[in-house]
Amino acid sequence: MFSRRVESPVLKEGTKAVSLNPETLLYDESHEWVHLEEASGQKMATVGITDFAVEQLTDLTFMELPAVGTQVVAGEEFGEVESVKAVSPIYSPVTGEVVAVNETLPDRLEVLSNDPYGEGWLIKVRITDETSLSELMDYAAYRKQCEGEA
Amino acid sequence: MNESLNKTPLAAWHAAHGARMVDFAGWWMPVQYESITREHLATREAVGLFDISHMGRLRFAGPDAVRFLDRVLTRRVHTLRPGQIRYSLIANEAGGILDDVLVYALDPGDDAVDWRLVVNASNRQKLLDWFEQHRSGFDVEIHDDTLASAMIAVQGPNALAAAQRVLDEMQLADCRLQELTYYTGVLQADVVVSRTGYTGEDGCELALPAEQAVAVWERLVESGGRPAGLGARDTLRLEAAMPLYGHELDETIDPFQAGLGFAVQFKDHPEFIGRDALRQLADQPPARVRVGLRAEGRRAPRQHCAVLDKGERVGEVTSGTFSPTLQVPIAMAYVRPERSEVGARLTVDIRGNEVPVEVVPLPFYQRTDR
Repeated sequence: MFSRRVESPVLKEGTKAVSLNPETLLYDESHEWVHLEEASGQKMATVGITDFAVEQLTDLTFMELPAVGTQVVAGEEFGEVESVKAVSPIYSPVTGEVVAVNETLPDRLEVLSNDPYGEGWLIKVRITDETSLSELMDYAAYRKQCEGEA
Repeated sequence: MNESLNKTPLAAWHAAHGARMVDFAGWWMPVQYESITREHLATREAVGLFDISHMGRLRFAGPDAVRFLDRVLTRRVHTLRPGQIRYSLIANEAGGILDDVLVYALDPGDDAVDWRLVVNASNRQKLLDWFEQHRSGFDVEIHDDTLASAMIAVQGPNALAAAQRVLDEMQLADCRLQELTYYTGVLQADVVVSRTGYTGEDGCELALPAEQAVAVWERLVESGGRPAGLGARDTLRLEAAMPLYGHELDETIDPFQAGLGFAVQFKDHPEFIGRDALRQLADQPPARVRVGLRAEGRRAPRQHCAVLDKGERVGEVTSGTFSPTLQVPIAMAYVRPERSEVGARLTVDIRGNEVPVEVVPLPFYQRTDR
């Protein structure tokens, strides 16, 4: 297992993820969600992909996530999810360092379908550059984008 | 939406029943309803229904129809008996593959034979142009029935029973599907019923006038057929190792590389287009051959991924997916003959990751009752 460089209450081993309320989250155009919180003066982000994206993908077969310690950049690819039909990159909505990865997910992709805002989280990131945060959408704006794509 | 795309007579039905619609070869087609995997498994276990109305349906009439088809197809046509259907290729002068087709010698009930071709949607216009270029000297009429008709594939272990009920109840055709042998068909009124398919399962295909399509489709659904999209059609044909034009076949690939030498007949077939080039190619060892690959892990090799042997490029993947039936990643590829033997251990470069693969026999899946 990887050693964790940052300790915060939400990252403790054995902590069962609580499903987040989608209305309280921020979103990017490529269907990733972000939950922001402050932990010991650091801005932390939990990142996942939305129920809309999961429904669009269907038939998931494979997921690749980065290792703890990886630097991710807002708007750049950090992983991929594969379905029977296609491969889709996963883009980071934030810039920072990966401090936790949902290790159980690649082997249990049904979790992503069943609980995309809880146990289906992907990575947690210690944000090192906040400038891109202002470009994220709120729930209402994101729903509007999805309605346009559906 | 997508005004410029062709729509099959069933397109509105698909959209109204939750299908995800995409542009496929200029047609607005369902790629899936809920899940490719579930539609795939329903076809393997019961009955899948496929709208294949986008496939080109061409009809050849006139005194030289047979002679013309003998000229443009790599397979001998004049020996077909009424009712028979054959897989064939259409080659260019260099022996490259312009399309793979089914040729139907249908018996309309009089002495004449009703000659038809079913061609790939993506190649329909190219072939119509090709035929136009090569028809001089032949007294042949070429009719394109594609837009005025529909075609439905009923596939799976229960397909014949479901289709028989609908044929009988709607009095579409008086035929016993169980008695119709594989690769034969009947023509009654404007309906063609054939024991053909592209899934590796038993089943049949129905070609019928456009205005009958929705009623027949709905009766097939009521008889237990599960609507399935092009996504499942692709994973099913891939497990059955059937080539797909644009993937395993194109104008730079010859029939022997593709493992389709059976569809090229030289004997008693003296004047078909591409004959001289194909005669030469038949006598040479192929530069590459089509093989099946099974990959480790869960990640599927996809079209254009390089196939490597100890780091050296020895081939390229043409199609790949995570097999819903076998639950492993599978792919077809062209590789150098010396690395194509079953059991050969190679790797595939999947977006920068070198994944171990093994050459396995084709098809990946074969139904057990045949």
